[in-house]
Amino acid sequence: MTKADIVEAVYARLREQGAYSKRDAAEIVESVFETMKDALGSGEKIKVSGFGNFVVREKSERVGRNPQTGTQIMISARRVLTFKPSQVLKNLLNG
Amino acid sequence: MTKSQLVDAVSDRTGHAHKAVEAAVHTVFESMVEALNRNERVEVRGFGNFTIREYKAYTGRNPKTGGKVDVSPKRMPFFKVGKELRERVDGEQ
Repeated sequence: MTKADIVEAVYARLREQGAYSKRDAAEIVESVFETMKDALGSGEKIKVSGFGNFVVREKSERVGRNPQTGTQIMISARRVLTFKPSQVLKNLLNG
Repeated sequence: MTKSQLVDAVSDRTGHAHKAVEAAVHTVFESMVEALNRNERVEVRGFGNFTIREYKAYTGRNPKTGGKVDVSPKRMPFFKVGKELRERVDGEQ
């Protein structure tokens, strides 16, 4: 499934609700992901009930290794994004 | 940010009716859940990919008591962040 398939699903749903075009559906889907990226980019957490939480985590600097050469390298402090699936989603996938 | 705040923001940004955006946002996540339930991967360019990982049964330990626990095979959703989002999360300090 790609964004185009998500747009199709949203378009089908919006048509039940009134005069919406596929372009409207695409605009809304685009805006959903852009809004989420904006929030996560500023370090905000996103909670989607029934789906899961997206959380930005701060990782401190650490010593790593180049697995090919074994050389030690310093891995700088960084922020990473993690996704924690909701219990509802986990239950559904294993129901 | 919660799902309802996401709906508010998207409604403001696009100018589309709150009720329609609410239905749309619900459908976005519902369609992704349905795809994952069919073992299909979900690819959203610039955001990330969701895939299903299958885990075999194993014997785990209760970390509190040390007792053995049999864990059944399971399917878990896994998210790999896309390049653009990864850079934005790490970049805007």
